[in-house]
Amino acid sequence: MKKIMTILLVLGFAAPALAGQKVVVEGSTTLLPIAQKAAEEFMKTEKDADISIRGGGSGVGIASLIDGACDIGDSSRPIKQGELDRAAKRGRKIKAHIVAMDGLSSIVHPSNTVGGLTKEQLKKIYTTRAANWKEFGGPDLKIVVVSRDSAGGTFEAFGELVLNKKNVRPDAIMQASNQGVVSIVARTPGAIGYVGLGYLSASVKAISVNGVMPSRETVLRGKYPVSRPLFMYTAGEPEGMVKKFIEFVKGPEGQKLVEEEGFVSLKK
Amino acid sequence: MIKRNKEKGIEWLFTALAFSSLVFLTGIVIVLVKEALPIFSTVSLPAFLGGESWYPTAEPPEFGIFPLIMASFWVSAGAMLICVPLGVGSALYLHELAGERQRAVLKPVIEVLASVPSIIYGFFGMVILAPFLQDRFNLPIGLCVLSTSIVLGVMATPTVASIAEDALGYVPRSFREASFALGANRWETLTRVIIPAAGSGISTAVILGMSRAIGETMTVLMVAGGAAVVPSSIFDPVRPMTAAIAAEMGEAPVGSDHYHALFAVALALFIVTFAFNIIAELISRRYRLKLGLSR
Repeated sequence: MKKIMTILLVLGFAAPALAGQKVVVEGSTTLLPIAQKAAEEFMKTEKDADISIRGGGSGVGIASLIDGACDIGDSSRPIKQGELDRAAKRGRKIKAHIVAMDGLSSIVHPSNTVGGLTKEQLKKIYTTRAANWKEFGGPDLKIVVVSRDSAGGTFEAFGELVLNKKNVRPDAIMQASNQGVVSIVARTPGAIGYVGLGYLSASVKAISVNGVMPSRETVLRGKYPVSRPLFMYTAGEPEGMVKKFIEFVKGPEGQKLVEEEGFVSLKK
Repeated sequence: MIKRNKEKGIEWLFTALAFSSLVFLTGIVIVLVKEALPIFSTVSLPAFLGGESWYPTAEPPEFGIFPLIMASFWVSAGAMLICVPLGVGSALYLHELAGERQRAVLKPVIEVLASVPSIIYGFFGMVILAPFLQDRFNLPIGLCVLSTSIVLGVMATPTVASIAEDALGYVPRSFREASFALGANRWETLTRVIIPAAGSGISTAVILGMSRAIGETMTVLMVAGGAAVVPSSIFDPVRPMTAAIAAEMGEAPVGSDHYHALFAVALALFIVTFAFNIIAELISRRYRLKLGLSR
């Protein structure tokens, strides 16, 4: 009996080692496609690695990093002071790694004649009951505001970058995904929405903000006002497989995936 | 002896199975109440039910679910306007006019309609119905109370039709025969005898259809638009309670005010549908007594 127990125990401890080094990545749904693709590619070359990716949102990712429930917390926003304090209380020093850039592009229906807005005008459209495109030099058409649902990182980023944390008007149409926003804007002449740069397509028209069109170059040079870095957070300096994975994402192969997923890679 | 024990065992097993639903129901109620209560230390009950702003993730957050309640109310009421005539009408036709061969086709078809997954209804509403209404009525956007009501109404129709048809079937033959014997024609028999006799059964059908509509989630998430405003017309986008829970629960941190507020929304929804079901049960009980049926 004792022997069997010992064997079971040994097996129990050995099994994870056989399966490789486990890395748990959790957080931002914006970063999810990048993390997933990168993990797949990474595990092809690193046979020992066992990387599991979960969504849940930026806040969830950072919270579980603080709790020690994951190794890498993905976030589409910088960590908040309150979160740093909580981490410090648990004796964890959070380290940020920027892995990609994201630009939130404002989009309208292709038939809309408005080619650009200022950040102030965008804010006005999203937070007050500004009703007609006429006010902004467009056609005589009711404005239909489309927003991401209040829980996502994209919503938070837009709120911080454009709305100065003011609330989105209550009659805004809420969509759960970038794709949903694009499809509504594409078939609604009066609509305006915002999506990640990677989701731009011919069915909608991107507009300039403060005179700057959203594009790779303008986002990377920091000229386009509605852009943000995407983070992978670790508790302390990354080590072992975690370090290897983050280096892979920031390296040439990872950055190629970043581009493929429609985000802006860090260099060139 | 062994056989006896086996029999006892099986009896116990089935008793346990029968009571398991009760266990689940109690469990659900306990969890709902326990998870919902903490929110009321942040907002008062009247402010929660009557507040007109739902900004659960803002700083400071606002938890007023009045727009969500009104949204659920309007889309369900709209759905009733569609599924009651359609459902009761189909039931009457099936029961009174359809021949055996028509019945053999129609009844299964209606039941298949009930088994179409709700996401397919939602997809249909989003991709076909909403753009159609948008063009037809020249709306700013087709995702609104009207489109949601239509889809929900069609979804609830088979529930209403099937239960109402059963109710008509329970009216004893003798009632009809007596009516004919007194010289009433078919129309008079239908409107003065059959429908009143089956009336409470039909009301049960309507109420169950209503709780189906108010509890539907996937469809309203896709078709209602999601704007948390009290609708001022049937062309306004809305955010029914179920849609709010479904859209937000995944991202609300466990234990936060937002999380508890969503449980409180769920509790409110549960109370409404529970009340509907109790009313339906009471009515159908009265109806059985009235007809002297001891089913």
